[in-house]
Amino acid sequence: MNEFLQIFTLALLSTTIRISIPYILAALGATVSELGGVVNIGLEGLILIGAFCSVLGNYLTGNPWLGVLCAIAGGMFFAGLHAVVCIKFRANQIISGLALNIMAVGVTKFFLKYFFHSSSNSGRISGLPKWDIPFLSGVPVLGDIVSNPLILITILLIFAVFYAVYKTPFGLRLRAVGENPEAADTLGVNVYKMRYAGVLISGALAALGGVWLAYDQHQFTDGMSGGRGYIALTAMIFGKWNPLLATLASLFFGFAEAIQIQLQTIGVDLPVQFIQMIPYVLTIVVLAGSFSKSTAPSADGVPYEKE
Amino acid sequence: MKLSKTSKAFLINIGVTLAAIFASFVVGAFFILLVGVNPLTVYWKLFEGIILNPYGLAQTFFKATPLIMTGLGIALGFKANIFNIGAEGQMVIGGFVCAWLGFTFTGLPPFLLVPLCIFGAFLGGVLWAAVPAILKVKTGAHEVITTIMMNFIALALTNYLITYFFHLPETVHTQLTSPSAFLPRLDQYIAAFKGSPANVTLFLAVALCALFWWLIWKTPYGYETRAIGLNPSAAETGGINIKRNVLLTFLISGGLSGLAATNFIMGYKHYFEEGFSQGVGFMGIAVALVGQNNPFGIIFAALLFGALSHGTLVINALVPKDIIQILQALVIFFVISANLLIKKYIAKINEDRS
Repeated sequence: MNEFLQIFTLALLSTTIRISIPYILAALGATVSELGGVVNIGLEGLILIGAFCSVLGNYLTGNPWLGVLCAIAGGMFFAGLHAVVCIKFRANQIISGLALNIMAVGVTKFFLKYFFHSSSNSGRISGLPKWDIPFLSGVPVLGDIVSNPLILITILLIFAVFYAVYKTPFGLRLRAVGENPEAADTLGVNVYKMRYAGVLISGALAALGGVWLAYDQHQFTDGMSGGRGYIALTAMIFGKWNPLLATLASLFFGFAEAIQIQLQTIGVDLPVQFIQMIPYVLTIVVLAGSFSKSTAPSADGVPYEKE
Repeated sequence: MKLSKTSKAFLINIGVTLAAIFASFVVGAFFILLVGVNPLTVYWKLFEGIILNPYGLAQTFFKATPLIMTGLGIALGFKANIFNIGAEGQMVIGGFVCAWLGFTFTGLPPFLLVPLCIFGAFLGGVLWAAVPAILKVKTGAHEVITTIMMNFIALALTNYLITYFFHLPETVHTQLTSPSAFLPRLDQYIAAFKGSPANVTLFLAVALCALFWWLIWKTPYGYETRAIGLNPSAAETGGINIKRNVLLTFLISGGLSGLAATNFIMGYKHYFEEGFSQGVGFMGIAVALVGQNNPFGIIFAALLFGALSHGTLVINALVPKDIIQILQALVIFFVISANLLIKKYIAKINEDRS
């Protein structure tokens, strides 16, 4: 019992947040893309692209904020590739996503060697400067949150995405083209444009997840996305394609990993493999249950052909 | 000379696919130019190192062997509208079962142990496909997500088994299987292949292609599978038991992916090692796609991707070897995009009432 209480420390909370941020950002991206009707399993690759572009931009310009912009641009560029293949050429979205993941591994390693002459990692870069906010910065955990710009941006984005999806005409149109593109088209919504928007936004969001990883470690390392894009996908399903619920699912997966890390620090050796399985097993259980079928957008994954 | 519509469609299919592959190399050339190298030098080196060199050819066979098998597994699924992205996990579990049998039943003679290990690889794949297959049939859970999840669970599970129970000290692999489970390398028969681990599982792969063709085109099972793939509701009206066929097809698809492990385990290293599958399960999707779910097309596509994969070593000195992965991804992008053109051209031919 004592050990059980021992792990519930402030460190657990901040570890949870640190692990969850990329999940949250990519899960938000997955949600936006799929609400518009385009499945994006290329998130994994987009995280990697984001991480690499942020490091490269930061390294070349010396400005971490320009690194963030480079990441967003890179993420949107490669998401755009996926979008053109899926929307214009109406190709299979799953295969395109897989190709994007292969592409991302190849492109990042290719240019890692070119710019940093290494096949494993980039040079060291600075992260974003901490914001020093009077009084609050000194408070444990809360201080870390308010002084870290990327965490604040993430929190802002969670609500912005939620608001955009459910409370704006843009969100209504986006959901309409994911639910019933024919009807949306008849009502004058440009299906292709909305779907492009959804995929591009997902690229920017996933890339920001990559920025977090790279700036957290102050470098790019080969394959640093480490399957997070797929976890984000599970968070989206677990969160029933709702940005807020997807965020909660991301936090839950982050929490499970944080507990495992905490247990290890106090000497309880729980096989890490079983913790790693949690999101995947849960997703299968959720999909096996009947409730998930009604929640996925009806035209999710179905290319639209204008008559 | 007047061509029939089917042969015209066939030629368009092949022509556009080859053009798409060519286009990927053109775009790949821009990446090579970016780092200041002449793309023609790189491509010539690739050609020279793979086609004109017996060792390169043997390596291509070695890399193509498991790709043929996962490609067949995935293509079989596609025939019945099953999207099995779980080939990677099925191959990993198949490999584990195969190796475990090989180092557990060490007393068995080759004529028993070899078939047992091959069957074990098949069975491992079947078992790992069973979860998404049963869920698809019973609850309608979509196999794309469930098979992706099963891939990760397979990796974590084998990682656990290796870390806690089966690893040899200081390594991440198991002990060696009994020599009775070793399959002969091709360089025993062809001296020019010396040094390449290409082995007789290549013939297993080719035999499976023939079996695939027979199964799909010559058996009632194949007829049912194709009917489901073309039009599930018509197939059901025609009295085909869709659920039973989909379940069976999914399981065989998993088994074929499991068999892909025999190349590495029985023909090359003779142990199970984490990461031995090297994305062959995912690349199998590209192979099935470029090969248009046709066994002969799959052999061609597997040779193409296998050659590229060996090409990493050939061009490494000239240009970062990761250009190969970029090329592989480009081939997939171009080929799936070209499918739309193929459909349009074929629709046009069918419109021309000549």
